[in-house]
Amino acid sequence: MIGNDPVPPALQGPMLLDVAELSKRFPLGKKGFFSGRTPSMVHAVDDVSLTLARGETLGLVGESGCGKSTLVRLLTRLTDPTTGSIRFGTRELSAIPARDFARDPDRARIQTVFQDAGESINPRFTAADAIADPLRQMKGMTGVALRQKVEEAARLCGLPLELLNRFPHQLSGGQRARVGIARAIGPRPDLLVLDEPTAALDVSVQVTILQLLVSLRESLGISYVFVSHDLNVVRLLCDRVVVMYLGRVVEVGPARAVFDNPLHPYTRGLVAAVPRFDGLRDDALRLVGDPKSPIDPDPNACRFHGRCPVGVARCGTEMPALRKFAGGREAACHFAEG
Amino acid sequence: MTNVLDVRDFSVEFRTRSGIVKALDRVAFTVAPGETLALVGESGSGKSVTAYALLGLLDDAGRITGGSAMLEGVELTTASPATLSAIRGKRAAMIFQNPRAALNPIRSVGQQIGDVLRRHAGLSARAAAAGAVEMLRAVGIPDPARRAAAYPFELSGGMCQRVMIAIAVATRPALLIADEPTTGLDVTTQAVVMDIMGRLAAETGMATILITHDLALAAERAGRIAVMHAGHIVEDAATATLLANPRHPYTRRLLAATPTAAGDLGDLRSIPGSLPDLRRADLAPCRFAARCDRRLPACDQPLVWRDIAPHHRIACGNPA
Repeated sequence: MIGNDPVPPALQGPMLLDVAELSKRFPLGKKGFFSGRTPSMVHAVDDVSLTLARGETLGLVGESGCGKSTLVRLLTRLTDPTTGSIRFGTRELSAIPARDFARDPDRARIQTVFQDAGESINPRFTAADAIADPLRQMKGMTGVALRQKVEEAARLCGLPLELLNRFPHQLSGGQRARVGIARAIGPRPDLLVLDEPTAALDVSVQVTILQLLVSLRESLGISYVFVSHDLNVVRLLCDRVVVMYLGRVVEVGPARAVFDNPLHPYTRGLVAAVPRFDGLRDDALRLVGDPKSPIDPDPNACRFHGRCPVGVARCGTEMPALRKFAGGREAACHFAEG
Repeated sequence: MTNVLDVRDFSVEFRTRSGIVKALDRVAFTVAPGETLALVGESGSGKSVTAYALLGLLDDAGRITGGSAMLEGVELTTASPATLSAIRGKRAAMIFQNPRAALNPIRSVGQQIGDVLRRHAGLSARAAAAGAVEMLRAVGIPDPARRAAAYPFELSGGMCQRVMIAIAVATRPALLIADEPTTGLDVTTQAVVMDIMGRLAAETGMATILITHDLALAAERAGRIAVMHAGHIVEDAATATLLANPRHPYTRRLLAATPTAAGDLGDLRSIPGSLPDLRRADLAPCRFAARCDRRLPACDQPLVWRDIAPHHRIACGNPA
């Protein structure tokens, strides 16, 4: 069967994913436990709200350390949020401990394609084993049915069946990427999280993988959360994009609008830093310095304050809220003008 | 002006259990003082092997089988290990991908910069320590005196790459080879690191070879681009010429596969086929022929490099 399993009533509705005020804080050591002091906290994800419609592709961009990976781990329920809600269809997932969700029937509906399949696939598994593993674990499939499902997933991902008995090191980068994708779509997820799926690939192969992702989205009706460093790739694949900075969402909007005309000064700096064929852009937008520390950040200061080319005193005393602008756009800056 | 580096007919082979890999075949290029030449191509095209072979860093299986490489009048291909080791780090320096892996994890960054100054500039320990702080300042590291005592794990990736640059340029080399210097860094950090390299090159007249798989980065930062495919330089031209008027079919294919800040996924074209097996005895003269849509019977003749315009060299019998 091609296409999703019938969607149970609990999952119907326009929004597949509705995340509200989601935060994840990691304590730094256990110091101060008996002295009564609260330990320092790393604010990895701070007050993030976002939605994902059925069949939509949402891009997630930002520098390393901005909380993309933690947010992805929260969405895929591999880790527990500190506060906030994650609504998947009509079901609230944030209260289910990650350990329990691992055995939940809805586990199969959220899948991940990890960065660099050469590293993330068990080197002792053949391609067939790798694709079969989640089906065995989550759907309890065996025997002929399993074999058929594996071959179907491989076929959907353009992976020749004669490669199924090969080990990862016997496959090319593009073929490994296809195994990683086949493995994730095997259980027919509703939500597929793609963590830099093409970062390890050459441009010539990257194109074919991006085309594959587009065709799978159309034929299977999967929604994607697409994490990438490469803004040009995000622009090609994503309907909307979320820009994160130090754990917070600073800008949201249709991908092309955001990259062509960024509202937030951080997005402007990020876009300006992407190398272009038409030569160097002016230095005025160059972001210098490093992000502030994510440990116990000032809750009343804009996280970008200090590195921001615009920043004034107000930015150090008043955290800008995410404000709405025309064209379905949002930005968290006192000075953003739509 | 005389070139800092003049490479001609440079060939490299690797002996492996499954045969001889003809990794580089008659590679030729020059780099002038202050010039930045980008070597671009996909993985396996021979970009890094070129750099390693030039500086005598090939492992035991690899050897230079022909050609010449003159660095400031010194022939590198026949130089003794002692000569090469006196040149490396002094007249020709290299920056590696993944600075955290390339730096020594158990010595402070100040000591590591100081090592180069003591070895190649003959400074005393005290002068080298002071010089290290100066170099950290030159690559824009804030609070350099304190950071000199830091270990690589205490610094961000961008900071570590700046330390690598400081080590490389401490002795004012004539040639800097930067092998994917910003791969793995954020675009914002990449811009800063590339700015620093560009500024140092402009100040000292240092020639730079920028090895990258990112055509747009090469376009932005290099005056000339040499495109590599399967151990051949297939096209070498000024950046503006190469982008506006690419003549080799592979260059055109590579440009057509690269996502840009405009355009749609439907506009991008993948490159059919894959790199040829460089171990084969019957390797076609043009290593792109099997993937090429402009192939002619004449393409089976021995490959020649020719200037189809001034300073625009290609290796193709049927250029576009």
